[in-house]
Amino acid sequence: MLKPATLLIALVSAAPLLTAAESAAEPAAAESKAVDWQSWHAGNDVRNTASLQRGVRNFVNYCQGCHSLKYMRYSRMASDLHIPEEQLRTYLILTGDKPGDYMLSSMPAADSETWFGKTPPDLSLIARSRGADYLYRFLKTFYADPSRQSGANNLQLANAAMPAVLSSLEGVKRAVFVNRESIVGGKPVTEKVFDHFEMVSPGAMDAAQFDAFVRDTVNFLDYVGEPAQATRVDIGVWVVLFLLVFTWLAWLLKHEYWKDVH
Amino acid sequence: MMSAAGSGPDDQGVDQSRRKFLTVATSATAAVGAVFAATPFVSSWKPSERARAAGAPVELDVSQLEPGQMVTLIWRKQPIYVVRRSAEEVKALPANDSRLKDPTSAESDQPPYAKNEMRSRRADVLVLIGTCTHLGCLPKPHFQPADVEIGPDWPGGFFCPCHGSKFDLAGRVLDGSPASVNLRIPPYSFKNDSTLVIGTDESTQGVA
Amino acid sequence: MAAPEGTAKPGLWGWINKRLPAEDFVRSQLLEYYAPKNFNVWYFFGSLALLVLVIQLLSGIFLTMFYKVGEATAFDSVEYIMREVNYGWLIRYLHSTGASAFFVVVYLHMFRALLYGSYKAPRELLWLFGMLVYLALMAEAFMGYVLPWGNMSYWGAQVIVNLFSTIPVVGPGLVEWIRGDYGIADATLNRFFALHVVAVPLGLLLLVALHLVALRQVGSNNPDGIEIKEHKGPDGKPLDGIPFHPYYTVKDVVGVGVFLIAFAVVVFFVPTFNDIFLEKPNFEPANPLSTPEHIAPVWYFTPFYAMLRAVPDQRLGALLMLLAILAFFFLPWLDRSPVKSVRYRGWIYRAFLTVFTVSFLVLMYLGLKPASVAYVYAARVFTAGYFAFFVLMPFYTRWDRTRPVPTRVTFHA
Repeated sequence: MLKPATLLIALVSAAPLLTAAESAAEPAAAESKAVDWQSWHAGNDVRNTASLQRGVRNFVNYCQGCHSLKYMRYSRMASDLHIPEEQLRTYLILTGDKPGDYMLSSMPAADSETWFGKTPPDLSLIARSRGADYLYRFLKTFYADPSRQSGANNLQLANAAMPAVLSSLEGVKRAVFVNRESIVGGKPVTEKVFDHFEMVSPGAMDAAQFDAFVRDTVNFLDYVGEPAQATRVDIGVWVVLFLLVFTWLAWLLKHEYWKDVH
Repeated sequence: MMSAAGSGPDDQGVDQSRRKFLTVATSATAAVGAVFAATPFVSSWKPSERARAAGAPVELDVSQLEPGQMVTLIWRKQPIYVVRRSAEEVKALPANDSRLKDPTSAESDQPPYAKNEMRSRRADVLVLIGTCTHLGCLPKPHFQPADVEIGPDWPGGFFCPCHGSKFDLAGRVLDGSPASVNLRIPPYSFKNDSTLVIGTDESTQGVA
Repeated sequence: MAAPEGTAKPGLWGWINKRLPAEDFVRSQLLEYYAPKNFNVWYFFGSLALLVLVIQLLSGIFLTMFYKVGEATAFDSVEYIMREVNYGWLIRYLHSTGASAFFVVVYLHMFRALLYGSYKAPRELLWLFGMLVYLALMAEAFMGYVLPWGNMSYWGAQVIVNLFSTIPVVGPGLVEWIRGDYGIADATLNRFFALHVVAVPLGLLLLVALHLVALRQVGSNNPDGIEIKEHKGPDGKPLDGIPFHPYYTVKDVVGVGVFLIAFAVVVFFVPTFNDIFLEKPNFEPANPLSTPEHIAPVWYFTPFYAMLRAVPDQRLGALLMLLAILAFFFLPWLDRSPVKSVRYRGWIYRAFLTVFTVSFLVLMYLGLKPASVAYVYAARVFTAGYFAFFVLMPFYTRWDRTRPVPTRVTFHA
């Protein structure tokens, strides 16, 4: 089955992170390459069907090994994303499931807890409970950290249990921290603050390609969080227009009757 | 009719026709709005995606079925009878015609390919919905002609224990039964010689 | 057996009216019920509250057809509604938006009473019934929020139910009795479901009916705070009154239209309303081992929540919260002013009302935020502003220099 192979590839890709090790801290340098990752936005558009199609392909190939989408049926997703059934069966259902089934991962929960320390959460609602921006930042701020068992750490979610599974695509990067002095409670304090990333070894994609990969995947997860959102907006336009017409008519009626009142 | 009484509205100069027009226009728009508003609620009662998914076609391997053997399975919450008929049983079917209420299935409910003497695509496999067309009980299989429990005239088929409706081995209702039409046939097709698919045929296009 | 004089009506309507006072009811409640003619925008919110009640009842009943109560099934069933029931997402959003809309409308409705003295004699009972409706509404909203069994549902319930443990002597036992278990659990969820779907709605309907009957009895107040029944014309009708139908039926329809536009914009375009109406942590299932980053009730409770957090002692904080709500019940008797409407009150009352309003809104904002040191200090200040309105009212309403109240209504403040 494909899933363990994908997993194996991910874990093997993580191995270089252990050897890329230098201490991640450096004294404050003069360059201001400071990256304000906390202001990054996913900027996704769930109406962009092509992006969603790429996103589901990314998800099935890189995420579904560990993560389920237990509220999302293959058939519903294929219908919303205009994916024909043969392509659905060939490219997107990598388990033995039928189109009417939910998009579950084949990883046994008990094993995942042993391997990663916690079960990889279901991602059906992750875009609603964390937000698309959070997910985008999460996937883009993995960095090498030899002090951790997975060899990686994450800026958005410090000490994440998840390894840097996309490092085969993005490459391996490390985080450069700088010292920042400040006064807290009257006493000088030095803290290490993230400054910027540095690529250690390249992946299969360049920066632009990987960024697009992440955006498409996050877009897909946003869709999965609320599949009806595009329909909701479409219907809403008509409803508001109708109500405007109705209210205008009602106002004319009111105005006509209230001529009586002085 | 709706001229206001009370604190000094002057009836002179009241444009009644404009009021009537606006009242009608506003009320009609409100009525249209009410219909639109009711639609999602009414629609919510239609089978949900879960029901539709659970109602997906069901497959059965018929190659292992012996003549005279019947399998019951559920499709869309209904019991489906799949019966392996022998060649003799199929040949004996036309003999029943004179005592059937609807021998040509003109009044009964079945897909076009089952509107024939044997009420099936293939002579040897009978597929029908095991719900008595009288009041909905499950008819029991009694394939032996002249079955002791039912009587010497019994041609072999299905006997409903609730009110005594009788059906032959093509699911056609016999005279004297409380039921008035033949047992219904679901949409079905054969994926290949041995695999029966219930719920799919040319018209349903594989979509449940 | 003889029909009342001259009221024999033809046909089906006549048949009904012989057996039910249908026409009398319509006539007395709509055609011959005289309301002041100077209602302004603040007077829309009563009928809008009725509308939202209908929306909640309708959407709520339909949700109950698909929701599966129980800690193992509730969360999944809500996602089933959102994804797999035809238009389930719409029914859900109607109900969640309706809950918040209810409080927007009710708070504005109550504020109108503060503006125009609508709680003063002879409308004290009307006001008290209204306050009971508000209490029932708070209970209904609180229990409703638990039903999706998200993580905020669970922890919000945990915190609020725990407040009852502050009651002396009976507290801890009471909390266990409310929960039906040693922590918020399946038993709690199930009983909240029964109360939310059946008991409290029945109570609400009864209280709303009593509220309307009380209103009918004394007649509406108005922005000038004068009693229109004191000035009747030769036909016995108030000079400043107009029949409710057609004038206010037609005007209320406009109000309904405007409200529905705003309501639809939220339902269809921003149903979470920037995570205020539907909070992010509630998209994760209830987890007794993982508290959300910060637990906050939904926005309509946060003013009181801010007061609770402002006090370092849990028991006193809970007591203060309770007093903040109970204070409203005493308004008719705290207010010693001879004048009803803010239009004719002096600057002292206006100042206190302004401070109260600002305090309420600021406390609402503070309650939504994490409890930092600065925010807690601010909450203390604004809690004082809130209570000052009530506590000092017997004094400043007597001292306040009021303006002469006209005998007939005016149309602009």
